[in-house]
Amino acid sequence: MVVRRSIAGIDSPEALAEAMRAAQYIADEGLSTAAYLGLALGKPLLLEGAPGVGKTEAAKALAAVLGRELVRLQAYEGLDAAAAMYEWNFPRQMLAIRQAGDAYVNLYADDFLIARPMLLALQRPRERLLLIDEIDRADHEFEAFLLEFLSDFSLSIPERGTIRAVEPPVVVLTSNRTRELHEALRRRCVYHWIGYPDPQLEAQIVMMRASSVARDTAHRVVAAVGKLRAEPLAKPPGVAETVEWAEAATLLNAQGAPWPTAFARAIGVALKDQDDLAFVAPRLDRILQGAA
Amino acid sequence: MTPRALDPFLAFPRALRAEGFPAAAAQTEDFLSAVGLLGPRSIRDVRRAAHAVFGPGPERRQEFDDIFDMVFLGRAFLAPGEAASEEAPQAFDAGDMDDLPEPDDEDPSGREASRRERLFARSFGPVDEAALLAAFARVLPGALPRRRSRRFAPARGGVADPRRALRDMARRDGEVLRLPTRRRTARQRRVLVLIDVSGSMKAGTESALRIAHGIIRTAERAEAFTIGTRLTRVTRALRRRSHDQALALAAGLVADWDGGTRLGEALSVFLSVPRFAGFARGALVIVVSDGLERGGPEALVASMTRLRGLAWRIVWLSPLASDPSYRPETGAMRAILPLIDHLDAGGDLAAMAASLVGEHALRRAGAVR
Repeated sequence: MVVRRSIAGIDSPEALAEAMRAAQYIADEGLSTAAYLGLALGKPLLLEGAPGVGKTEAAKALAAVLGRELVRLQAYEGLDAAAAMYEWNFPRQMLAIRQAGDAYVNLYADDFLIARPMLLALQRPRERLLLIDEIDRADHEFEAFLLEFLSDFSLSIPERGTIRAVEPPVVVLTSNRTRELHEALRRRCVYHWIGYPDPQLEAQIVMMRASSVARDTAHRVVAAVGKLRAEPLAKPPGVAETVEWAEAATLLNAQGAPWPTAFARAIGVALKDQDDLAFVAPRLDRILQGAA
Repeated sequence: MTPRALDPFLAFPRALRAEGFPAAAAQTEDFLSAVGLLGPRSIRDVRRAAHAVFGPGPERRQEFDDIFDMVFLGRAFLAPGEAASEEAPQAFDAGDMDDLPEPDDEDPSGREASRRERLFARSFGPVDEAALLAAFARVLPGALPRRRSRRFAPARGGVADPRRALRDMARRDGEVLRLPTRRRTARQRRVLVLIDVSGSMKAGTESALRIAHGIIRTAERAEAFTIGTRLTRVTRALRRRSHDQALALAAGLVADWDGGTRLGEALSVFLSVPRFAGFARGALVIVVSDGLERGGPEALVASMTRLRGLAWRIVWLSPLASDPSYRPETGAMRAILPLIDHLDAGGDLAAMAASLVGEHALRRAGAVR
């Protein structure tokens, strides 16, 4: 196992948190530690958490910090090798056969290979960061296949042989936890559970993400969202919803709506489920009252 | 670091394993590297490294931290649920078929009665609804959910199969005479049947086992368990072709007929055996139970939440739901209702068969009702 103490000038979790803040992402201690250890140990980083807590954003910020291109692979049920790894450019191969006539033509040259995210990450491990998003949506076969990829960072293409990365690429996996991942997969990763941020941190995030929102508004929104999350909702608002709610309310307020009304009218940005809205509606005033 | 200072770092993964956390040897190695990378300036760094490497889920975080405190800080640690261990359900898997008692017409209860648990076996009456079961077995394969496999197979009318086209071209001097096509194949999803054999389910367990037999015999991959005060795997017994033999074997295996209900605990035992929990992964889970739980619903909710995370779909067949005016009112049933995809009637054989494959299909297949 290769241990790199310092990568792209980052030599501690604190330095990483600092750099991510510069990339507009506020990482708490647990996340920066896990991310730093992932980089240093050359292991994939597995981020789990409820939808909308900023898992994908964390990967984007990490790519920005490392100065790497983000290669994103969205997982879904039925994801196959052609979409995840590589594909041959068949029309070109067919044309090449026709044009070549009697001459020899290598049909499996680089020209004919279309690299998909996983192969892209292996080809230039120092310049790219691979994000495998919402891995819980993929089926079990893909997860099993991923095990092999994540343990020795190689892919085999029958026509070409095995392609191995010169160094372990940086890989981030995210999961919404709609189903449990295989232990074997978790074991290969450095893990972090991203929870909802505490109110102080969330207010900072709101102000950083939405520059037009006043400090006061940010704190009110965060307080209201905190109360909403305590309710038994089908889809509790995530951090992204908090930011949008603050922005929407600010906009309505600028057009003349007084504060509690502006929040109440913009509720559709925070709660996106009819049952949830109906459930909260009778008590919305009280929830906002405490926030105002 | 002297070897002595290393002790707690090696003891920690062992303690984790003892409490049922997955901790592989490679993770111990990573843990040591991670601690080295972080300084470590204080115990907090060690704790952070442990969190990142062993990755406890949020619901077991507290337990994880307690073990950490015990190993590194020497704090006392109380294993949860130790008080109840005497009564805790246990998993039971009949090993090879050879070990099973051969079914005979005699009631095997004489052998069973000698068990300390005073568990007893029950014999089933002759099958009188053969037509219904035959119809059920005919309709079932078509009614079972399928999922797309990652494999492609040559098929007419799918998408173009360039790989085969290219091979054909190479064979025919670059001419494509016919465009080969391919399609994703489909596989049946696994089916997992969990049958409640507690006292309150007395009237329904026999029918449930018959349905389970039909499923095991016809589905490509299916597993069946009975749950009561203990957990019994009856899949092997139910693989017998003869209905009566299979039922007699299963009845002999299950030793907790008509006992109390500890559904939640029995389910958590089921889920804590990795091989068993694996059966539920991506599967259609059929639970036959009335959901009457002794004690609070917390254990049942916790296990059902985990099962929900593993299963593709959970169908709950309850004999109580046969009554059209039935509303899930008990605390346990109400609490787990959001975790269930489908709640249907499971009173007798006909009701269960109809809930699973549809009444119309059954009738068309020749079931006399």
